[in-house]
Amino acid sequence: MKNFDSEKHVRGESLFLDDIPIPEGTLHAHVCYSKIAHGTNLRIDTSEALKMNGVHAIFTAKDIPGENQIGNIVLDEELFGAHGVHFVGQPIAVVVADTPFNARYASEAIIVEVDKLPVITDPRVAQSKNELIVPPIKFLLGNTEQAWKECDVIVSGVAESGGQEHLYLETQCALAMPTEGGVKIISSTQSPTAVQRVTARVLDMPMHKIEVDVIRLGGGFGGKEDQATPWAAMAALAATKLHRPVKLVLHRQDDMRMTGKRHPYSSDFKIGLKKDGMIHAYEVSFYQNAGAACDLSPPVLSRSLFHCTNSYFIPNVSAVGYCCRTNLPPNTAFRGFGGPQGMFVIESAIAKAAEVMKIDRHVIQKKNLLNEGDEFPYGQKTEQCQTRTSWNALEKKISVDKVRSDIEKFNSSNQWKKKGFALMPICFGISFTNTMMNQASALVHIYTDGSVGISTAAIEMGQGVNMKIVRTAERVFSIPIDWIRIETTNTTRIANTSPTAASSGADLNGKATYFACVELLKRLKKLAAEELKQEDEAKIEMRNGVIFNSGKETELAWKKLITVAHQKRISLSEHHHYATPKIHFDVKTSKGHPFAYHVFGTALIQATVDCLRGIYEIDSVDAVHDFGMSLHPAVDLSQAEGGIMQGIGWMTLEEVVYNSEGKLLTDALSTYKVPDIQFAPKRVRVDFLENSENTFGPFNSKAIGEPPFMYGIGAFFAIREAMKAFRPDQEFQFKAPVTSERVLTSLYSKVAALEPSLQ
Amino acid sequence: MEKEQTIQCIINDRTVSTDANPNMVVLDFLRGDQRLMGTKEGCREGDCGACTILVGELNNGVMDYKSVNSCLMPLGDADGKHLITIEGTNLHDQLNPIQQAFVDEGGTQCGFCTPGFLMSFTGYCMNAQSPSVENAVRSLDGNICRCTGHPPIKKAAAKIIERITAHPSTNGKSNLQRLVEQKVLPPYVSTIPEQLKALHRSDGTLADVKEQTHIVSGGTDLYVQRAFTMVREGGKRISQQKKQPVIWEEGNAIHCSGMTTVEEFQRSDLIRSLIPKIEVFAALFGSTPIRNRATLAGNIVNASPIGDMTSLLLALDASLVLRDGTQSRTISLRNFYKGYKQIDKTKNEIVETIILPKPKHPRLINFEKVSRRRYLDIASVNSAMVISLDGNKIMYAHVTAGGVFATPLYLARTSEYLTGKEISSDTISQAVSFIQQEIKPISDARGSSDYKRLLARQVFLAHILTFFPDLSLSKELM
Ligand SMILES: Cc1cc2nc3c(=O)[nH]c(=O)nc-3n(C[C@H](O)[C@H](O)[C@H](O)COP(=O)(O)OP(=O)(O)OC[C@H]3O[C@@H](n4cnc5c(N)ncnc54)[C@H](O)[C@@H]3O)c2cc1C
Ligand code: FES
Ligand code: FES
Repeated sequence: MKNFDSEKHVRGESLFLDDIPIPEGTLHAHVCYSKIAHGTNLRIDTSEALKMNGVHAIFTAKDIPGENQIGNIVLDEELFGAHGVHFVGQPIAVVVADTPFNARYASEAIIVEVDKLPVITDPRVAQSKNELIVPPIKFLLGNTEQAWKECDVIVSGVAESGGQEHLYLETQCALAMPTEGGVKIISSTQSPTAVQRVTARVLDMPMHKIEVDVIRLGGGFGGKEDQATPWAAMAALAATKLHRPVKLVLHRQDDMRMTGKRHPYSSDFKIGLKKDGMIHAYEVSFYQNAGAACDLSPPVLSRSLFHCTNSYFIPNVSAVGYCCRTNLPPNTAFRGFGGPQGMFVIESAIAKAAEVMKIDRHVIQKKNLLNEGDEFPYGQKTEQCQTRTSWNALEKKISVDKVRSDIEKFNSSNQWKKKGFALMPICFGISFTNTMMNQASALVHIYTDGSVGISTAAIEMGQGVNMKIVRTAERVFSIPIDWIRIETTNTTRIANTSPTAASSGADLNGKATYFACVELLKRLKKLAAEELKQEDEAKIEMRNGVIFNSGKETELAWKKLITVAHQKRISLSEHHHYATPKIHFDVKTSKGHPFAYHVFGTALIQATVDCLRGIYEIDSVDAVHDFGMSLHPAVDLSQAEGGIMQGIGWMTLEEVVYNSEGKLLTDALSTYKVPDIQFAPKRVRVDFLENSENTFGPFNSKAIGEPPFMYGIGAFFAIREAMKAFRPDQEFQFKAPVTSERVLTSLYSKVAALEPSLQ
Repeated sequence: MEKEQTIQCIINDRTVSTDANPNMVVLDFLRGDQRLMGTKEGCREGDCGACTILVGELNNGVMDYKSVNSCLMPLGDADGKHLITIEGTNLHDQLNPIQQAFVDEGGTQCGFCTPGFLMSFTGYCMNAQSPSVENAVRSLDGNICRCTGHPPIKKAAAKIIERITAHPSTNGKSNLQRLVEQKVLPPYVSTIPEQLKALHRSDGTLADVKEQTHIVSGGTDLYVQRAFTMVREGGKRISQQKKQPVIWEEGNAIHCSGMTTVEEFQRSDLIRSLIPKIEVFAALFGSTPIRNRATLAGNIVNASPIGDMTSLLLALDASLVLRDGTQSRTISLRNFYKGYKQIDKTKNEIVETIILPKPKHPRLINFEKVSRRRYLDIASVNSAMVISLDGNKIMYAHVTAGGVFATPLYLARTSEYLTGKEISSDTISQAVSFIQQEIKPISDARGSSDYKRLLARQVFLAHILTFFPDLSLSKELM
């Protein structure tokens, strides 16, 4: 199946923001940021820096004409630190110079001083000091207090998951150009409207004076949902002040230091089961490390609660989440949006229960899978539930008993190398949980030569949304695919957009495109019927660019029809707005029907641990995933595999380390390690779950972006099983990522401390 | 800074002469001056591969292409060479088979990493005598794709290798000719050797190293550490003066030019006979494009505690020939390190040669490196061990450890202790105690000091178990 974007990518012809020819006279910006995590009485001295070669200007908080405020949910984040600083990496000033190097050199000459304040990096410490960004969020189902009395086994424990750097290969960037009375910003953002709204606020301009255009992103993963905004606003500030185009591209290390990441969580769990392995009650408290400002933390936290029971039905649930303010860069959206953090805890709880009950983890998992009509803690009931179908399909593909016995055999014949496996079912809700955001629109133009241009709110960032929208229009119009083109995403063509996030880009914008195309087609069919003197419009059909009348090919081709339409003054453009039907959610009661539908699936992951060196390999991933009726199987498969690897990375190699002073230690690709090609498992096999229908997606398709990420959680438990095979009597913590350091130090935690003992 | 000569090179199918600053990196020249935007910047530190290009030069009349991180290569080093960027692999009216496979298998999503992967892959095809999927995948060890997670790229690799090996090589034809015929490379590539010969080149005499400037060899360390200042500080680029052969035999020793790259080192037959498992060890060093540029002398002079080649060379008892103009002296590598980043070398001295003595008795060599990620990562701890046996008795042993001290560390007392001992669990336990005494790790992003202590023990045990798989260790070592 054709993929225009891919064809450009492989020829090196795709244009990313940093690749477009810059306008004459463009200046370059560099951001100066705090090296201190927490301080007050901020003093900034730019006098030396201003004298440096090539420098045009340096802007700080006091140069902002509007509000120094970039917060969206809570107005608690400054564009530039004005009076104090709250995290290492907080922007303080932007230097504008003739070259990026000169801007950087000058930035290093800015003198920044503060009076230091105590630094908090641990969310539990923040919670104990009541440093909460929003009040605790609670979900309740049944009655856990009562239920504990009915349980045969109750276990509790702590589970911790770490942060994760997005590592989009294209760093954050923006290019701003002054326009008559306003500014045009080319931004690498998932959220053009957020850029427009915030820039308007900062510049004190109405939104209509700010045009935001997005070509494509070199990866986003949530990291450019809220956090692409400041760079665009800074470039726009400088451009409007200096009346010159200004470009701002973050160097990787600056990007890693200044931007937030996936939220680390520390959580307490308590789980109660009946003798037969049925989970009866579950309590969980999430301590979310939100960083220094709100950003998207509250909805991320809610999603941890939404997915706190993953694919399982638990009749009595009590979940609470604390959104804790610390002195780290504000953490933000990242594929899964809190869902993975929530699921990791229930999977840990099940693992611990299985250990206590001396049964296999997967036995408990399978027993408790959701059934059709089961209620989630947020009140919605499962529909078209595919938990068991996908689990069973996986078991058909690969026998769990055989895997288990092969591994036992391997482990008994190898002293140092041990294998383990884990199953990981997923159930992920699709829709923004903030109902308001579930809207999108599409603007479809048919030009007089018959070619089609489509604008939507969707941002292409590698997830293939453009191709899915092209496919949608192709199917409706039935014209050759290369007559259809997706335009850049632009706030003057499509206004008031929701971010491309929550896996919903293709669903929402695809639906909007679908209805716009259907409307146009209706007009064209009516015209064709007239032209062909056919009374019954239903007998008119479009097939691959040709009009058929009562099943017979006619002389009337698409292009001709368009010419006639134009001559007859029929509109060849259509704008359609789409809002997801049926969904609602009441934040006061934490109940409602927040998701249009759920995506399901099951994976089995196997791993081998070298218990001498503490290193490991992921051997294989086998999954059966519910793609619905895929619009572009190649795109979807690549998305699924990429998501799985990112999830595995989160659980294994990828460790975000801050020291107690709030300084990021893993601030470069040399210290922050993501999966590379040789870490990718020998076998990754993702099969399409058969016969999955989804009336809520375009042409019965399902969203793909986020759900597969969570299969990666299985890697943690597979490695853990292997470690248990080496040290059967030892208890291991639920602490992710399970880096080689954690593996080795837990395997040898009982070894007498290695100190220089001999003299 | 003195005015340098005009740089002449061929970029794709065009000859380019430029007076641009030779200290700028090739990446900036390609994107800024040449507007070849297919080469991307993802990190500027050699760790993502988005900037990968191919650099070709004539060696004995044959073109030799290597994948290189253009973000770390000074423009001056491009003089007299052929550079291929993604644009230079495009065919006029169709995708080449590598491109097509990436499209078909979903090997590209956002596309930002893609040109880099394709360049590495193309480089592999140009060099592989008998291409295999396994080695093709390995050649992508310097590229990171955050979107696909790589499984689709592996599928693409399999498809390409299947396709280019489907027609057994037509006799006598070079790899390049075959790839042009198979439409992997555009036709102009065949004409490059003639064009390169026609380039005007500087004579390559090594100018004296001036005070205050850096000696730049591969640049893979300098251009990371000083990413934003090299361009204005400038440096003496010595790699253009490299002479073949870089590795030769002299008396009872193997001599390596200081400019020997890690790749040349591991491919050398002389080195392979000296260190039979060198390929396995070298695979743990950086990535293919890093190994193509990183030199032995750079690794040694760097004095980084985790230098991998240094750790190995220390165990092999290498010595260095240091030269300053007409003056030269020889020093044992084991005496070279004086303290953190302090070495017995004056600013102007160049590491000219590294001398590796040949063993008098049969010996075993092992190298261990544990890092967060197996490949393209810096060691938490590395270690090399050389051992020679007389029956069950250790005739001599040399053990090193990296990442556990202020300098690369030869474990002198441990090595001394082992000499003359029987191989036994007891001996090993004792040696472990000596190691713990000799090392002094600190906590950093690569691990806590406790972890490094534990690792130092484990890699030593790994040596022992590699040499003596049947040895049973005492309980306290398990
Ligand atoms: C992505 C990446 C991965 C890496 N992985 C590894 C790894 O796995 N293991 C490892 O050990 N290292 C690794 N390195 C570090 C680096 O590649 C090596 O240290 C390399 O050997 C340096 O050689 P170079 O020629 O590139 O040095 P340069 O950067 O050119 O120089 C380094 C230092 O040595 C001096 N120098 C160089 N040559 C000479 C000479 N002949 N005489 C006197 N002084 C000289 C320079 O002046 C400078 O001070 C990695 C680097 C990168 C960027
Ligand atoms: S830009 Fe990342 S390796 Fe060069
Ligand atoms: S396709 Fe996006 S990083 Fe590889």
